[in-house]
Amino acid sequence: MIELQGLTKRYGDKLAVDGLTCTVRPGIVTGFLGPNGAGKSTTMRMMLDLDNPTAGTVLIDGKHYRQLRDPLRAVGALLDAKAMHGGRSAYNHLLCLAQSNGIPDSRVREVLDTVGLTSVARKRSKGFSLGMGQRLGIAGALLGDPRILMFDEPVNGLDPEGIHWIRNLMKNLAAQGRTVFVSSHLMSEMALTADHLVVIGQGRLLADTSMADFIARNSRSYVRLRSPEHERLLDVLAGAGVTPVTTVDGTLEVDGTDAARLGELAARHQIVLHELSPQQASLEEAFMQLTAGSVEYHAHSSPGPDPAPGRPVPAAGQGPGDPPPGAGWGADRRKKGS
Amino acid sequence: MTAPQPPQQPAFAQAPQPGQPGMPPQQQWTGPAAPYVYVSPIPVRKANLGDALRSEWTKIRSVRSTLWTLGVMLVLILGIGLLAAGVVSGTDTELDSDASPLGLGFFGVLLSTICVMTLGVLTISSEFGTGLIRTTLTACPDRARVLTAKAIVFFLLTFVLTLVATTLVAMFDSAMLADQWDGEFTGAAYFKATVGVSLFIATLGLVALAVGALLRHSAGAITVMLGVVLLPLVVAMFMFGESLEKVRKALFEYSIPNQLAVFYGTDASEAASGPTGWEPLWIVLVVAALALGGAYTSLVKRDA
Ligand SMILES: Nc1ncnc2c1ncn2[C@@H]1O[C@H](COP(=O)(O)OP(=O)(O)O)[C@@H](O)[C@H]1O
Ligand SMILES: [Mg+2]
Repeated sequence: MIELQGLTKRYGDKLAVDGLTCTVRPGIVTGFLGPNGAGKSTTMRMMLDLDNPTAGTVLIDGKHYRQLRDPLRAVGALLDAKAMHGGRSAYNHLLCLAQSNGIPDSRVREVLDTVGLTSVARKRSKGFSLGMGQRLGIAGALLGDPRILMFDEPVNGLDPEGIHWIRNLMKNLAAQGRTVFVSSHLMSEMALTADHLVVIGQGRLLADTSMADFIARNSRSYVRLRSPEHERLLDVLAGAGVTPVTTVDGTLEVDGTDAARLGELAARHQIVLHELSPQQASLEEAFMQLTAGSVEYHAHSSPGPDPAPGRPVPAAGQGPGDPPPGAGWGADRRKKGS
Repeated sequence: MTAPQPPQQPAFAQAPQPGQPGMPPQQQWTGPAAPYVYVSPIPVRKANLGDALRSEWTKIRSVRSTLWTLGVMLVLILGIGLLAAGVVSGTDTELDSDASPLGLGFFGVLLSTICVMTLGVLTISSEFGTGLIRTTLTACPDRARVLTAKAIVFFLLTFVLTLVATTLVAMFDSAMLADQWDGEFTGAAYFKATVGVSLFIATLGLVALAVGALLRHSAGAITVMLGVVLLPLVVAMFMFGESLEKVRKALFEYSIPNQLAVFYGTDASEAASGPTGWEPLWIVLVVAALALGGAYTSLVKRDA
């Protein structure tokens, strides 16, 4: 459990993080979403006590990071895949981390195995691809078998296979009762992994909601109706057991009924329609709308939203059947707790 | 890596609401998120300075820059020290009674300070350069402990290696030139030329480490340290005029090369003023303490 309370970071006259208050809970993957420059990395650095907040606090299981007796056992973090000495071998990189927390050497081999780097364990990390570096960083995060895991943009630069692996890893870690906090600037990515969403833009909290809620609210398909005979149309719809939502500009939005049926209904009652259109809001659009006022780096000619690469039809086909990542180290041991 | 998944997954059929996208089963958003909190089976032990020392030892021995800097350091001390003695013994000149053969070790050690200072700087600045410092501090949020461990490991490593090298040089040089010198080898002179010199060099390395921690930039910190060693001598050389004579002399006498020379008893300064005996060690210790104090403050206060 991580609690942020009014967390604020100011660089010069720029507010990178602005009064962020939220709670990251165990047992689920919490996605930390925001456009580039929103303040995600800065927030994570403050959570790990690397940067001093200008104001506010972060509590990790009720304690400040500095007060943790067992930092690597409590929190595993991947901030930057390149944050290692290129001249040191993967094994030695992990060994020095393990030693600093009194973690047995045998654990180094276990995590190397978990992330699939055993065969290059003695190679210097300078020669690693971005994906391998990412895996080594994740191995470091898993080293202490921690209750809390934080990943800053872990899928950046990974190939599809690596992305798939990380998604399952995060889900499995959360399923074991751990707190998993992962940042991304891609809604489509979060839709596939996160159970809960914390969205920020220009350092401010924009949304703190369950993924299910977010999807339900933002990716609904509905039919938009516009008619000069607004009142009659409402009556007809009500008569047919359809309850529309009237938007501010006077159009009607109808959920759960297809356009054909609504068109026929209007025709039967000879109501003139000016618009009858099925709508599908993509999550990416919803996210862009949410953060529209707070994007740091605008592209100047915007040709409209890209069709999101992985259209958010999440979860299906994910998860079941993949090996639990922390297996072998009491991965399934759980304790009843708060 | 990917587990072979048949297209028709039997497990999938049992999963609740398979058609519902992104909907984890039984999620309660108002209450606590999960009924279980993960507890690792490995026993938890509070990490201490010993753990940090072990970690820093692994770090320093597992990169090539250590091998290079210390290797070159050994080559310089041993090579130049033995070569000088070899040359002198080949010429059968008689050495002055106040110029002990131990003094022939001086030039090698002086040059080797470059290696020691470079390693001292790199010990910490390379972590800032690569971003590894963040990983290090995440693993050990007690920043003072990290710096202490680095300083101890670096100090002991360079002290021991310098001691071995200077002792070998002292032994060989005094043996080779014993019959070309009518002075007497005293234990105190030996001690100063080996232990004294090694303490001085390793402490100078600590100053470099502190500067590395303060500047967080390898090239910058190494340049500063080279300036510290060379600049006073160079400035003194180009300082003319009566009024500046005192400053010139002080710059010369308290320059690092001259202070190092004090340990060999071959005082290169023209007058009997300036540091004598073990004074250079006390001076560099005070400087190192101040620099490390600054490094602690900087490391604890600043963002990593
Ligand atoms: N050390 C720093 N000094 C000055 N500005 C910074 C620093 N770190 C981050 N920023 C600024 O803070 C903002 C948030 O950055 P960051 O946390 O990296 O965003 P994100 O990770 O969401 O892309 C950016 O505008 C960035 O330029
Ligand atoms: Mg970032």
